[in-house]
Amino acid sequence: MKKGLFAITENRRVAKGIFQMKLSGDTSAISAPGQFINIALDGFYLRRPISVCDCEGGSITIVYKVVGKGTEYMSSLAAGADLDVLSGLGNGFDTDKSGTAPLLVGGGVGIPPLYMLAKRLLAEGKSPVAALGFNTADEVFYTKEFARLGVATHASTVDGSFGFKGFVSDLVESLDLRYTFFYACGPEPMLKAIYDISASSGELSFEERMGCGFGACMGCSCKTKYGSKRICKDGPVLAKEEIIW
Amino acid sequence: MVNTSVVLSGITLSNPVIPASGTFGFGYEFAEIYDISILGSISIKGTTKEARFGNPTPRIAECTQGMINSVGLQNPGIDKVISDELPRLRRHFKKPIIANISGFSVEEYVFCCEKIDKEECVGIIEVNVSCPNVRDGGMSFGTSPESAAAVTKAVKAVTSKPVYIKLSPNVTDIVSIARACEEAGADGLSLINTLLGMRIDLKTKKPVIHNKTGGFSGRAILPVALRMVYQVYEAVKIPIIGMGGVASAEDVIEMMLAGAAAVQVGAANLVEPYACKTIIDSLPDTMQKYGIENISDITGGAH
Repeated sequence: MKKGLFAITENRRVAKGIFQMKLSGDTSAISAPGQFINIALDGFYLRRPISVCDCEGGSITIVYKVVGKGTEYMSSLAAGADLDVLSGLGNGFDTDKSGTAPLLVGGGVGIPPLYMLAKRLLAEGKSPVAALGFNTADEVFYTKEFARLGVATHASTVDGSFGFKGFVSDLVESLDLRYTFFYACGPEPMLKAIYDISASSGELSFEERMGCGFGACMGCSCKTKYGSKRICKDGPVLAKEEIIW
Repeated sequence: MVNTSVVLSGITLSNPVIPASGTFGFGYEFAEIYDISILGSISIKGTTKEARFGNPTPRIAECTQGMINSVGLQNPGIDKVISDELPRLRRHFKKPIIANISGFSVEEYVFCCEKIDKEECVGIIEVNVSCPNVRDGGMSFGTSPESAAAVTKAVKAVTSKPVYIKLSPNVTDIVSIARACEEAGADGLSLINTLLGMRIDLKTKKPVIHNKTGGFSGRAILPVALRMVYQVYEAVKIPIIGMGGVASAEDVIEMMLAGAAAVQVGAANLVEPYACKTIIDSLPDTMQKYGIENISDITGGAH
């Protein structure tokens, strides 16, 4: 964990209710895709935990959804403003487990951390396939960015207004892929569905309301087959084999 | 040079700043980012006889200038705390610590006190009779003078270490409970624990916290804590560790003027992991600004 000031270099809407923010600062604490940062916002007591979508040199990209007053305030911030950020939080995904052809499954704002994961997997010479799920065409983001990396990218919307019609788990089933491992991030019902249909081992990234974000308050604990774990510190990524639903 | 040291029941602390139980774990997360040996002491995560997972999530809710938690005393149990956590903490912190213990019966408090009494690193035992997040224990012992006194008497009988009783603000008259603890032999008092609170989610129209209620802490509660420390200081002779909403060196001074001999910092650690360090670093200059040479001289100065 590292605390530092990050300057906003970009903050723009990329889809309905979805914003992309780029931050410039000391990124040295970020070691793995799937980690998150915890952002202090003026006028809000708790920090806002947001997963890292990309990290290159001294720049972090996050993609977040406006879900409440805190993220609404975030979306109003202009380039040039400084944010007090705790970085390098959480365990992140383990790319050593991926095998040659991993499947990445994301739902909504669960998709961003899979982008940095895809880049890392490609750099390691692996061939990831992405299945990205959204509610509706207005909310679709990053499908082109994944494709541009060279990832075979499939998309679904619940209402069928873009790509495959149905949940992303339905999309995965319809694709009938051969994959060596899976990585999933998204709402809990989606994670459960992917867990149930998965044909390989995998890692799943969870969300929980957090107090501190760095393991001190025990606010976000969950039960696993290997004892209780803190989503913020021992997670947010859990192995398929340890999850208790 | 100003003098920041204070004395609690014969134990000298290099400064009055102590992270509060439940907001600092067993110190390791903070040892990653600063040298925690600068702290006056550490009140460790509340410990019970058996291991506890705590309450179902969500157990955190945001409030204006504060937060609600309903963690519910998650801890690995007294045996694991002694065998695993304390040795790990000792690698980073060699000063006497404050062991915070809870129970669901007088026997459980006694069980934990007897065990922790044998640990050399423990300077003070802080007996939590005020956790608002568990049923049939915790706060139920701290809401009447009789039951608070009964716990105090029982734990005093099994330990030679100073015993501080951590009091609940969720009572009609904290002074009568404080007096009862003093009469039952308490060496000191810690106050206040969190205020029972609630938030409701406008989208789901249900309480945010799974258990519906939780303990409210953070900057917003400082005035309540100051008032209670002030009232209790007038009623007892034993030292008070003051806490509730403390987030700056100015707050530390204010809490000590109200009557605290030392101060705990709670929720501030969670939103600003350097909170205690920042307070300790800025305390000498802040003391100078207000003409304070010895911090211990100001305890109760507002009376």
